[in-house]
Amino acid sequence: MLGKEKTFDILNKVLNYSKADQTEVLLITEDSHLTRFANSYIHQNVSEKNASLSVRVIINKKIGSASTNLLNEESIRGVVDKAISIAKLQKENPQFKSLPSQKDIPEAKTFFQGTAECSPKKRADDVKVVIDTADSHKLSAFGAYSNGVVELAIANSLGVQAYTPFTDIFMNIIMMKSNGASGYANFTSRDIEGLKVKEIADEAIQKCIQNSNPVDIKPGEYEAILEEHAVSDFMLFLGYLGFGALSVQEGRSFMCNNFGKKIMGDNITIWDDGLNLQTFTAPFDFEGVPKQKVTFIEKGIAKNIVYDSYTAGKEGKESTGHALPAPNIEGPIPMNLFMKSGNATKEEMIKNTKRGILVTRFHYTNVVEPMKAIITGMTRDGTFLIEDGKIKSAVKNLRFTESILKALSGVSMIASKTKLASEGTIYDKRFATGSVVPAIKVDKFNFTGVTEF
Amino acid sequence: MKDFINKVLERASGKNVDYADVRVVDRESEAIVVKNGNIEAISSSKDQGFGIRVLLNGAWGFASSSKLEQKELEKTVDLAISIAQASGLVKKETVILSPTEVIKDTHKTKFSKDPFKIPLNDKIKLLLEADRITRKHKEIKVALGSLNFFKETKTFASTEGSYIEQERIESGGAIVSTAVRGNDVQVRSYPANFGGDFATRGYEFIEALKLVENADRVAKEACMLLDAKPCPSKTTDVILGGSQLALQVHESIGHAIELDRVLGTEASYAGTSFLTLGKLNKLQYGSEIVNVFADATIEGGLGSFGYDDEGVKSQRTPIIKNGLFVGFLTSRETASKLNQKSNGTMRADGWNRIPLIRMININLEPGEGTLEEIIADTKEGIYMDTNRSWSIDNKRLNFQFGTEIAWEIKNGKLGAVLKNPTYTGITPEFWNSCDAIANKDYWHVWGIPNCGKGQPGQAAHVGHGTAPARFKNVRVGIAQC
Repeated sequence: MLGKEKTFDILNKVLNYSKADQTEVLLITEDSHLTRFANSYIHQNVSEKNASLSVRVIINKKIGSASTNLLNEESIRGVVDKAISIAKLQKENPQFKSLPSQKDIPEAKTFFQGTAECSPKKRADDVKVVIDTADSHKLSAFGAYSNGVVELAIANSLGVQAYTPFTDIFMNIIMMKSNGASGYANFTSRDIEGLKVKEIADEAIQKCIQNSNPVDIKPGEYEAILEEHAVSDFMLFLGYLGFGALSVQEGRSFMCNNFGKKIMGDNITIWDDGLNLQTFTAPFDFEGVPKQKVTFIEKGIAKNIVYDSYTAGKEGKESTGHALPAPNIEGPIPMNLFMKSGNATKEEMIKNTKRGILVTRFHYTNVVEPMKAIITGMTRDGTFLIEDGKIKSAVKNLRFTESILKALSGVSMIASKTKLASEGTIYDKRFATGSVVPAIKVDKFNFTGVTEF
Repeated sequence: MKDFINKVLERASGKNVDYADVRVVDRESEAIVVKNGNIEAISSSKDQGFGIRVLLNGAWGFASSSKLEQKELEKTVDLAISIAQASGLVKKETVILSPTEVIKDTHKTKFSKDPFKIPLNDKIKLLLEADRITRKHKEIKVALGSLNFFKETKTFASTEGSYIEQERIESGGAIVSTAVRGNDVQVRSYPANFGGDFATRGYEFIEALKLVENADRVAKEACMLLDAKPCPSKTTDVILGGSQLALQVHESIGHAIELDRVLGTEASYAGTSFLTLGKLNKLQYGSEIVNVFADATIEGGLGSFGYDDEGVKSQRTPIIKNGLFVGFLTSRETASKLNQKSNGTMRADGWNRIPLIRMININLEPGEGTLEEIIADTKEGIYMDTNRSWSIDNKRLNFQFGTEIAWEIKNGKLGAVLKNPTYTGITPEFWNSCDAIANKDYWHVWGIPNCGKGQPGQAAHVGHGTAPARFKNVRVGIAQC
């Protein structure tokens, strides 16, 4: 970790050196560790210490960006010079209004010492607990266990000075039988305190044991109970496809032409809240703008979307604090999604299912038709047939091809408990994101194919 | 640099490691994006650091840092060793590395025009011209053009005595037209989607793409799709164009043959494989005309290089011979389990990642005849091209792809354009249904710069040589819900 003082020394060096009309500097440091295990032993065990400095300058509405991971004087000046030389080659962008101005940043607990201090030895000891638990059931353990510290700091020439250190930890476990039947469980949080290794291992074992002798069933429309990880996939795609201002401004969001209209069931409310302690709390975005709570779907009705300073400027609005690092052509994206809980338990959902499928999680989901929010993907690590209110057997993994909007228009039961579901990090850089969601029961869900295991 | 590297290896050797290697990597990239007449982004980034991998009492440790300084060197080596000690606490078997030749060499990408020396203005001008032509079509809501350039210098050294310096240049580009009418959004990309086509070549590769010359056609096709009828739901013969077939090879052959997946070490994230060690030389993966090689030696291929990140020389390895499955992609560790030598596929996404088994250029060999002859020989079917979506199960069996565009084929002729085409299948059934592959005149190595794998995530730059091919009795039109 650099610490707040050293971090701002670097940021202010950039601001003082730059002669652009407006300058923004983003510094991310990362101290990241990950232990991977497979076939009940540790096969990969890695550590990374990195930093990245990104500079965005504006000269007469011409924008230039450059970045480096070297923090010496020469590199700092070099990255500013590069950004300025790029800006000078640019055309003016009339749609650019301004970098954001300074706003009060709310206090948020984002750093936990215990998570930061989790050592290779501690990770190995915890993995041994997982493996010993697997051994006692004659299963093999596979998974990943990672902790890290990230510092995020943004300053700009309009007075923004934002800094916060983050910690996060995740443990994913797949228990597997010799015939390949598997069960999944995971834990993720900013705080290692809540990690109960044996409980996570036991949960994966229970799934794995249940997931025996899977039978073939025919693809078709079934009732479906989707557990939290599966619901979280829906949320990620809704956020990516439709809840950001750029996708709406470009006419490629399912929210287009639907504001104020009902696009999901009465019982569905979805929002983003970076300040909520249940999620990977983050007080500000990658432009240093405080996170606002934004409701996208309220009782099934399409309401709002998120903005960064660029997309907000185009509409004469204020950023909602959902910018990604510049330069960014994806536009703003919500990273702390929530779905409103209901009052059911998973057991009640099973009891109320005549003939349906219980899905632990999806695999390799992808977009088929963005305007209808149709996605496809496979089930994985625990898919079960329910008949007459009881789990009857495991089934071979199924492919679904379904509109998320249609599925969420036919939700008959929603769990009272919610869970933070996440794979831990986004690609390339460590920056934990996730959705806080309940399990749901969908009355008609379109399974379109089946695989051989 | 040599001094720094020697110090790393000396410190590791002093701690009695079984083996250690170090990579010092320096990367530079430039990306230009033009959108709707504006230069949306020009970015330039530099990235440097080193990573050390140690094997101590048969268990792995890896640590990396962006600071190339003496103190950091010591801390990082010691951390790698303490991580290996921790790995040793939960060890099942001792890692054995298959033998490899000690190499002292240098390797550089061959190119004519260094893309980093081409004036930015020339690159911008090219994209703006393509953009101008695209936006002549009123229903194009988003016109996008992008160019990407990448340069990497890498030094690898090991306690076995290898010392290898490599320099790599990559270039890639694309144009994308998005047409919108009401709630219908249709996309056409050229030469492929997701950033286009890439190669280990210089700016001459961008010039040869002829982005400007293709802009009008691409925009017209996107608009045409708005009026097209949807792809019907049925079982029919499908001809896949080269770029879509590249992704088909990638997902249903390339990942399945990675031996680390087969042995279970990627199970916790991307998954495993339907292939087993017992299927080697036994499984009829495809029809007799299906021949696949893993080949890192092709000049210009995005998956080409001199030596992999274990210092193993690039190779051409048979994977499928006349339909029979005959080879995995291997590393030194996994090859030793087969009593083989590594076929040189271990690559890391930068200094801060460990090498993993990655696709190199996984190529479907060309067949006979022209694409036109294959179409003429098809009584009824659909010709699909340019990927729009992809999904496959965690053993690489059940797949579903969507493409940007398709054409009906009736009585040997291309007919109406179809929108939202999709098809699905099971890997060995699908490849065994392949009954025609176009000849070498249609064969091209497509570069894919974003193949994801591993934890922490790594993006590999890989290539796939393909020519259009026909598959019998494929289920199409899945998304009609």
